[in-house]
Amino acid sequence: MEDTDNILKVENLKINFFTRKGIVYAVDDISFSLKKGETLGLVGESGCGKTTTVLGLMKMVPTPGEITGGRILIGGKDIIPLSENEMRQKVRWEKISMVFQGAMNCLTPVYTIEKQMMETIQEHKNIERFQAKKCIINYLNLVGLPEDIIRRYPHELSGGMKQRIVIATALFLEPEIVICDEPTTALDVVVQAQIINLIKRLKKKLGLSVIFITHDLATEAEVADRLLVMYAGKLVEIGTNEQIYGNGGPVHPYTEKLLKATPRLHEKVEELSFIPGTPPDLVDPPSGCRFHPRCSEAMERCKKDEPPLIEVEPEHQIACWRNYHE
Amino acid sequence: MSEPILKIENLHKWFPLRRTITQILKGEHVWVKAVDGITFNINQGEIFGLVGESGCGKTTTGKLLMKLLEPTDGKIIFKGKDVTHLEANKLKEYRRNVQMVFQDPYASMNPRFRAQDVLEEPLIIHQVGETRAEREKIVRRSLEEVRLIPPEEFMGRFPHMLSGGQRQRVATARTLVLSPSMIVADEPVSMIDLSTRAEILHMMKTVQRELGLTYLYITHDLSTARYFTDRIAVMYLGKIIEMGGADEIIDEAAHPYTRALIAAVCEPISGKSNTIKEIPIKGEIPSAANIPSGCRFHPRCLYAKPQCQEEEPILIEIEPGHMVACHYPSV
Ligand SMILES: Nc1ncnc2c1ncn2[C@@H]1O[C@H](COP(=O)(O)OP(=O)(O)OP(=O)(O)O)[C@@H](O)[C@H]1O
Ligand SMILES: Nc1ncnc2c1ncn2[C@@H]1O[C@H](COP(=O)(O)OP(=O)(O)OP(=O)(O)O)[C@@H](O)[C@H]1O
Ligand code: SF4
Ligand code: SF4
Ligand SMILES: [Mg+2]
Ligand SMILES: [Mg+2]
Repeated sequence: MEDTDNILKVENLKINFFTRKGIVYAVDDISFSLKKGETLGLVGESGCGKTTTVLGLMKMVPTPGEITGGRILIGGKDIIPLSENEMRQKVRWEKISMVFQGAMNCLTPVYTIEKQMMETIQEHKNIERFQAKKCIINYLNLVGLPEDIIRRYPHELSGGMKQRIVIATALFLEPEIVICDEPTTALDVVVQAQIINLIKRLKKKLGLSVIFITHDLATEAEVADRLLVMYAGKLVEIGTNEQIYGNGGPVHPYTEKLLKATPRLHEKVEELSFIPGTPPDLVDPPSGCRFHPRCSEAMERCKKDEPPLIEVEPEHQIACWRNYHE
Repeated sequence: MSEPILKIENLHKWFPLRRTITQILKGEHVWVKAVDGITFNINQGEIFGLVGESGCGKTTTGKLLMKLLEPTDGKIIFKGKDVTHLEANKLKEYRRNVQMVFQDPYASMNPRFRAQDVLEEPLIIHQVGETRAEREKIVRRSLEEVRLIPPEEFMGRFPHMLSGGQRQRVATARTLVLSPSMIVADEPVSMIDLSTRAEILHMMKTVQRELGLTYLYITHDLSTARYFTDRIAVMYLGKIIEMGGADEIIDEAAHPYTRALIAAVCEPISGKSNTIKEIPIKGEIPSAANIPSGCRFHPRCLYAKPQCQEEEPILIEIEPGHMVACHYPSV
């Protein structure tokens, strides 16, 4: 794969939280790339490090967290060494922006929509008020909201409308990459489907590259061109939509089990399978393969040695000893 | 078919909304019609699903059944007895029989209570078990029923020492200590991991089969409802608009709203990332304080005709056991 196709490249990224309980290895040596114009899904159970990974890409990891290793290349340039000032002026919101997890519930209740959006826009762009207002109305229309919404307050809006406003705000500075962290999780199915459609339309219209996070494999099947599966701070499987959801099915035991635990509407099953146990504590993750205490396929080797991410077919990588052939 | 354990007849719950001065002077009342005339039966040993979008009245229905709210109108008949209005002593007995559990493992346990305390509390309130030892026996049995085995290992644990799935097991065990015949389980739109949710549903189904319980299962998710329930009622703005066998509702939905809900569900099947999925529905759900005339779904319905604005459709049986409230159901 030529690197010119990759708008973003992450190499050996490590992010730790230095807590009183010890070091949380939230993101532990992960590498992946985002191609221009694609939607890359990031999926995994709660606490596996999805949000921390993308906060890393924005260089917004909160204390006591820190990026402790790796490179994040945007347009071929590593952003890790950049100062906060450089990030704010040249990268954040302009090259890469984000719809934060739960942001729709964090709109300032006493501000009108106009005021909320005006603040964000003027913080980052040096433009006149009337121009900013034009821009706001433009973006509201783009996300399918009527213009008169600017005079309303957050509590007067539905969940779907608030999510649209958050998405519009993330698009203000015309970024190339947009990260959406659980944008549909707390919404009703109809609204979920509408937001998914909106993201697809915007992606096409504006030529965006998208990273889409959710813990729901069914949602990911509808949006992601490729998928990253994360478990306990590690990437365990990377594959195309077809490789994960197609007839072959996923190869990593974790992805396999996660998919089996996902109910299908048009298929009645007698028993829904689940993954026994819980994800590990990232202060003291299990030795070897981190999934081994919950894996029904675990072998002796899995307890001792960590499986490397290897390619099983073009574009399809997994980290598991079961499919390892030397 | 077995006897209904619960019969709901024309149940209403209207909440008064704060009025403006003009409205007060004119003597106008404004109501949030959270539950606006629903009728259904739940059979002994059945899992009955109540499905619908946020705000359609699911939790209010659950609370009415639990008698945590007084109905504005209608009747609740439990095991052949009218329980719509109960005196305090009868109410206590009723609540032993009908238990509610919130499907939210993160909010449902007091952080200072050990699992044992959580389970013992209802026993003490209802004066079940003469001695501590007797109560402990019941607690143990309930923990075993939800597969927290051996119970000793879990009894002393505080919520933070339990996983989400284990916490939900404790919450379920709490409803079981009083040997109820019916459980109302309310699952909000939630952040629970799918694997945890699968674990909880699997456990609840096992318990239900073993103890012959009856469930009212409240959810916004049709996929889990299909897996988990025997029959489904779909609610929209305080009314049941379609009801029938779980498979029938999904495979042969006749109401335009049910069909839109089904179309909106994401399925874990490949090859959709490049297509826009058309959802056959317009706009957003109106407020329950301002319910549209005629068919309450008409402003969002793609098939609405003039009749729909004027005349409210009633639930009619289109196939044995399959009821629809629509003037033009698709069959
Ligand atoms: N500020 C923090 N301080 C300490 N630990 C943290 C902090 N933020 C996150 N963590 C830990 O880092 C790990 C990864 O958290 P993260 O929020 O990235 O997970 P996630 O995959 O986004 O989960 P969710 O699906 O619940 O949003 C978790 O173990 C979490 O407890
Ligand atoms: N105590 C109350 N006073 C006034 N209105 C109420 C009250 N409780 C509920 N409502 C309103 O009644 C309607 C139905 O609410 P309910 O909680 O039953 O919905 P729901 O179907 O359970 O929604 P969700 O899926 O979000 O839990 C909503 O419009 C809600 O705002
Ligand atoms: S490496 Fe071993 S424990 Fe890990 S997923 Fe593969 S088989 Fe299971
Ligand atoms: S009655 Fe009319 S408006 Fe209502 S669902 Fe049927 S077709 Fe649509
Ligand atoms: Mg997160
Ligand atoms: Mg509710």
